[in-house]
Amino acid sequence: MLLLERRPVPSSLMRWASPLLALVLTIITGFVLFLVMGKDPVEGLKFFFITPVSDLSGLSELGLKMAPLLLCAAGLTVCYRARVWNIGAEGHFLMGALGASVMAIQLSESSGFWVLPLVLLTGVLAGMVWAAIAAGLKTHLHCNEILTTIMLNYIALNLLLFTVHGPLKDPFGFGFPQSVMFSDSALLPALIPGTRLHLGLAFGLLAAVAVWVLFARSFIGFQLNVVGQDHRAAEFAGFGVRRLTWFAFLIGGATAGLAGASEVTGPIGQLVPQVSPGYGYTAIIVVFLGRMNALGIVAASALLALTFIGGEMLQIAMHMPKAVTGLFQGLLLFYLLTCDAFIHYRIRRRKAALQPLSAAVTTASQEA
Amino acid sequence: MELIVNVLAATVVAGTPLLLVALGELICERSGVLNLGQEGMMLMGAVAGFAAALSSGSLLVGVVAAIVAGIGMSLLFAFMAVTLAANQYAAGLALTIFGTGLSAFLGAGFVGSSIEGFSRVAIPLLSDIPVLGRVFFDQDPLVYVSFIAFAGVALFLRYSRAGLLLRAIGEDPEAANANGLQVLLVRYLAVAFGGAMAGLAGAYLSLAYTPLWTENMTAGRGWIALALVVFATWRPERLILGAYLFGAASILHLVLQGLGWKSSTELLAMLPYLVTILMLVLLSWNPARTRLNTPLSLGQPYRPGC
Repeated sequence: MLLLERRPVPSSLMRWASPLLALVLTIITGFVLFLVMGKDPVEGLKFFFITPVSDLSGLSELGLKMAPLLLCAAGLTVCYRARVWNIGAEGHFLMGALGASVMAIQLSESSGFWVLPLVLLTGVLAGMVWAAIAAGLKTHLHCNEILTTIMLNYIALNLLLFTVHGPLKDPFGFGFPQSVMFSDSALLPALIPGTRLHLGLAFGLLAAVAVWVLFARSFIGFQLNVVGQDHRAAEFAGFGVRRLTWFAFLIGGATAGLAGASEVTGPIGQLVPQVSPGYGYTAIIVVFLGRMNALGIVAASALLALTFIGGEMLQIAMHMPKAVTGLFQGLLLFYLLTCDAFIHYRIRRRKAALQPLSAAVTTASQEA
Repeated sequence: MELIVNVLAATVVAGTPLLLVALGELICERSGVLNLGQEGMMLMGAVAGFAAALSSGSLLVGVVAAIVAGIGMSLLFAFMAVTLAANQYAAGLALTIFGTGLSAFLGAGFVGSSIEGFSRVAIPLLSDIPVLGRVFFDQDPLVYVSFIAFAGVALFLRYSRAGLLLRAIGEDPEAANANGLQVLLVRYLAVAFGGAMAGLAGAYLSLAYTPLWTENMTAGRGWIALALVVFATWRPERLILGAYLFGAASILHLVLQGLGWKSSTELLAMLPYLVTILMLVLLSWNPARTRLNTPLSLGQPYRPGC
């Protein structure tokens, strides 16, 4: 009989081995899945993991998907470190995209260096406003943030759909629910000329650096960690827990809002209903997989960005449903949490623990 | 009058999937386990039910398949959250993300297919009652199943010994364990019941409400159900009221459009989510009262002897 037993101290080896183990398990499952579906597994895994990033344009596409994931994940890291369960990155992202689009369309006649910063700033503020609603509901009205942020995600999505079907709809768009194309001065410059990769990735990497500085070098980062690890201790220490919750939410809203703004001013260039293939939700996986660590989320966002383009590649090359992306992401998170259990616990055989006792009883009865 | 009766009948239909999934979650939470994976389990139930009904030609087979799928998903969650004592928030989220991905993957071939869904069956005598007869007793069979499930859960919690034990475990697993109760086993059963009900709720969507399969067809109902349990302060009687209230909110846009009221579909589609937030505000602003009603060990993993 196997017994799960608490480790005296959490295993730091397991803490970093767990994501790798989860990835290996996911790949094994993928291998079996390809076999079951009657496809060549080696070929399939190659199409998913290697083909998409085998040339410069592939790598730039990877960076393109990485940018929103990394930005959202950076904000969520701040939230989750403080145990603020903000699931609302998707909503912040959509509001950021919506806000930036409104400003970009307002300024479509203007040109100048100030247009783009203003558009991005509007996106950031829109994301922050959306996060502030959830923050206020939590700190002042004690509403569970998981439920409120999920609901706000759905509301944001419907608001976005309303605007592209209504006020922001391009009158010359042949009836498609989408806005007009933004003017050139509202578009993000390319990071590598000739590719679609834009400045958004630089924002993402900067955000990751900022997360590192925040938690490694600043007092507020320390306070956030304490709130997350021991809420009561933080209260006794007089760290305004409310203020820290607001801080975490606003950072989460700002980064995800910037991600949304970079998406509409970057690769898309207009507001469309399907602006996000679920970046805000995938970013949650990025944070867990990246161990809530700056370097970790950079690596994890690259991996999860790969799942998006790998899924597209499988759809084109092997006629698999595009949903394989979601399946892969779900499996990865599942295996990760399972492996994470072994950070705090280890397996022992129950027999080994019982034998000495029964042996002792036998000797005792013999002595008697 | 005719319109009002029809609207009330439609409210019951719209509230039924919420009622089913929330009843399951209520039992689960009463045992001290918070499963945020309702949305994922519902989606799996919906796709499994639709696929099984389409291929077998039998709606009953579809319902059974949906329940089995829901239980299967819930056992994955139970393994992580109960056996491995993982963080219940994270494990539930994982279940939802996994279920969303897996259901979309499995259902990709079924998009665009349609089946003949459950049709209304009037109960003799009861359906002749004016107004109430049409509203409650001239519905499809799964609505009646939801009534039975409601009565069963309410009686189980209030009057049965097993219900008392379940509540005891939810309040204080240490004490329950010291009294010789199998905490982990009971929690497994409670989670599995929640999975079965979520699967059934999914089947209601894909076999009765709109007999087809589309990705993410639950549209957040699993999350609304979680809010509903809070709204009901963990009591089944309030849960049924809440489910119909949310049902009404989710069909309001159809009613208003029927009345010729011109407004955007997208704006009105926000209503159930706004109502959910409003309800959470009304019920949560007093933290002392929330604490009084919440099962004491809710969300905390329990490991005997650790």
